[in-house]
Amino acid sequence: MKGTASGPAERSAVVREGFERHRFGWLDALPWLCVVLWFVLAPGYLPLGTQVIVMIIFTLSLDLALGYGGIETLGHAALFGLGAYGAGLYALHVSSEPISGLAAAALAGALAALLTGALILRTRGLTLVMLTLAVATLVAELASTWKSLTGGDDGLTGYQIAPLLGLFGFDLAGRTAYWYAAAALAVLFLVSRWLVNSPFGLTVRGIRDNPVRMRMMGVQVTRRLVMLYAISGAIAGVAGGLTAQVTKLVGLDVLGLGLSANVLIMLIIGGPGRLYGAFLGAAVFVILSDRAAAINPFHWLFALGLVLILVVRFAPSGLLGAAERAVAHALRRRA
Amino acid sequence: MTGHALEVIGVSKSFGALQVSKNLSLSLERGARHAIIGPNGAGKTTFVHLVSGLLRPTKGTIRLDGHDVTAASPERRVAHGLVRTFQISSLFPKLTVAQHVGLALSARYGYDAKPWGELSDRTELMNEAAQILDSVGLLKHAATRVASMAYGLRRLIEVAIALALRPKVLLLDEPAAGLPSGDRAALLELLLRLPRDMAVLVIEHDMSLVFRFAERISVLVEGAILLEGTPADVRSDPRVRTVYLGTRAHG
Amino acid sequence: MRYLGTAATLLVDGIAFSMVLFLISIGMTVTLGIMRVVNLAHCAFAMAGGYLALALVQHASLGLMAALPIAVIGTMILGAVLEKTVYRWVYATSELGQILMTIGLTFLMIAAANLLFGSTLQTLPVPKPLAGTWEAGDVILSTYRGFLVLVAGAIAATLWAVMEYTDVGARLRAAVDNPRIARAVGINVPRVFAATFALGCGLAAIGGVLGTQMLPLEPWYALKYLVLVLMVVAVGGLGSIQGSFYAALLLGLIDTFGRYLVPALGAFLIYLAVVALLLWRPQGLFGRS
Repeated sequence: MKGTASGPAERSAVVREGFERHRFGWLDALPWLCVVLWFVLAPGYLPLGTQVIVMIIFTLSLDLALGYGGIETLGHAALFGLGAYGAGLYALHVSSEPISGLAAAALAGALAALLTGALILRTRGLTLVMLTLAVATLVAELASTWKSLTGGDDGLTGYQIAPLLGLFGFDLAGRTAYWYAAAALAVLFLVSRWLVNSPFGLTVRGIRDNPVRMRMMGVQVTRRLVMLYAISGAIAGVAGGLTAQVTKLVGLDVLGLGLSANVLIMLIIGGPGRLYGAFLGAAVFVILSDRAAAINPFHWLFALGLVLILVVRFAPSGLLGAAERAVAHALRRRA
Repeated sequence: MTGHALEVIGVSKSFGALQVSKNLSLSLERGARHAIIGPNGAGKTTFVHLVSGLLRPTKGTIRLDGHDVTAASPERRVAHGLVRTFQISSLFPKLTVAQHVGLALSARYGYDAKPWGELSDRTELMNEAAQILDSVGLLKHAATRVASMAYGLRRLIEVAIALALRPKVLLLDEPAAGLPSGDRAALLELLLRLPRDMAVLVIEHDMSLVFRFAERISVLVEGAILLEGTPADVRSDPRVRTVYLGTRAHG
Repeated sequence: MRYLGTAATLLVDGIAFSMVLFLISIGMTVTLGIMRVVNLAHCAFAMAGGYLALALVQHASLGLMAALPIAVIGTMILGAVLEKTVYRWVYATSELGQILMTIGLTFLMIAAANLLFGSTLQTLPVPKPLAGTWEAGDVILSTYRGFLVLVAGAIAATLWAVMEYTDVGARLRAAVDNPRIARAVGINVPRVFAATFALGCGLAAIGGVLGTQMLPLEPWYALKYLVLVLMVVAVGGLGSIQGSFYAALLLGLIDTFGRYLVPALGAFLIYLAVVALLLWRPQGLFGRS
């Protein structure tokens, strides 16, 4: 076990290989190709496409918190919903300018995540799950009873959204909204990718896999998790804000348990811890639920329940994970 | 720095009515080579948890480099220079060997919260990682995921992580546990090459390793220290033989 | 005197509500505490019990009290069958996986409920001798709710006696405290688990059948009250039946009195109380840390 004769440069190169830098390949263009194709081929379904994009952003935020950081939450909709109400109230009381409205939404999500995270991320496992659920239900109840602010069951309406950059009005066909959301997705995806590849990204993955070990390396685990949660909250807030601005209505369901469960399902179907899993899972879920719910919501629920059980049993890393394994298997067969 | 690297003074630990550690005292100076031996259930792992901060003592004081860390969290003790390894490998199955060392270095360099840039861009860090991996013989496995590695190699990663944290006091909890004899020889060689200014405390069962490595040995029996001395002292003490071989006077 | 009357009515209503929650949460706290299994489908068993009784009342012209034992046994059988099949998969996966799988199972049961019984709210008819109220001056108490409190109290007392004083109870407690040692001593841990699971489903069914006045039956029942039951279990402490009893009382009374006294805040208070409690004692009131 003596040291090798190679110089420091060669040795560092070997080590670098162990860090799995993600380089952009042609496969990375695929989701964006789909975004463009959808616009071209399905111009009548742009609102649905926008909904898919918004849900991808929301699922990305959960992927950061859960897929990369291991923060199990049944209450992520609280961050989405607070972003939605934040953007709606901003448009109603401050300014109808959309981009600053999104910033307000991001801020709302981030602050909520920061405050609640500091309190609850000290706990782990089931207690944490219960707390995320309790906090989300608390926020939902608050919104429901504070009718003067949120409009209660009737929802928050009556606000206008000014044209994007002063030029592109939000048309009825939803073209501006679509590209607005797509641009937000592009920016937030890049941000997520930087985050995940950074030292912080490695740290939170370490915390996810073995928090005790990280403590024994001198890492302030709770503080890192709160930071991750706050970033996740900001992104979830943006997703909520987009919804509020694009549909010009914020209902109580943006805070509901249903949405928290749905985003969790989207992430699992796509595959957590892979960023692109969010793309796949959200797209599949939103499109299928839209079609199925139109036919019979209870049939959809049945199918969803079945899919959930089967995915967790046979493909716990989601569709992307299964695809990766299939590709790896095929490559090994060839060799 | 004058004074001891590690001081354990009168430390006791009780769980309700059960006292698992009784008035333990130990002190290591810089560069010490100390071992703790004892039969199963003697409380060796409890001792490691007490020193590393996963358990708080019911009584007594623990000092690192002169600082009182009795009530300090594990993270703070690491900041004061105490690093421990785990008896049962406690690693990150989905990460590569390089990433393990990278994590430890990133924590030490203070980069662990940096949300931009990539670790592999930091030349100094990469060089140090390479040097550490090379010194434990894991360089060629840098890109291997830990989940697919043999047990013996995983124990080495524990040591690599510990080295990356540049401890003043290194606590090794049964590093040879479960290793075949060939790997044990390699481990001993590694331990003998540890930096001379680092205080090293090894908890072990493997007597040949202990006697060739340690300069002082403490014998832990039923939660209390039976005796402390040089390897020669311990080897010749009849009480130690009794404890290990069970040949009792009455019969 | 009038305030006393209102207070007394609220108290009984609150306790009745609490007792239904308690009956449903026993099964969940036991599976969580003993088997360390997150079973979010638990409320669906309460719903199943209620619907089974409904079917018997509607199609076999049985009264509530006659339908109750049949519905309970039916639910226990359902639970036992699912435990031997689907739940084997649930046991084998991670915590998050259990959450998702049992949510999936809940979805299946909701869809089935809708298919068989439709989506309207339904309640079970109160038997004539228990209908009406009991009055004493300004105090008006619903007879049925009083009956509910007594029944739940009796069940709680029986459970406690069984746990403390019988062999079965001792074995269960051993399995809770340390499954490995229990197995070594010859206690058939898997069988204990299976039996406890079925029993938990049965108790949930009792809650589901008797509690329709407060928790009416509908397909969404399984999810609607899940959060509340989870909160009771978390606050009480995982694995502690005693804890669930007190937590259910606490949360049920806060909810009932809260809604009456400060309607503007609604259920906000409960969840605030839960968050505060869990932060102060993450292991719950009676849980082990």
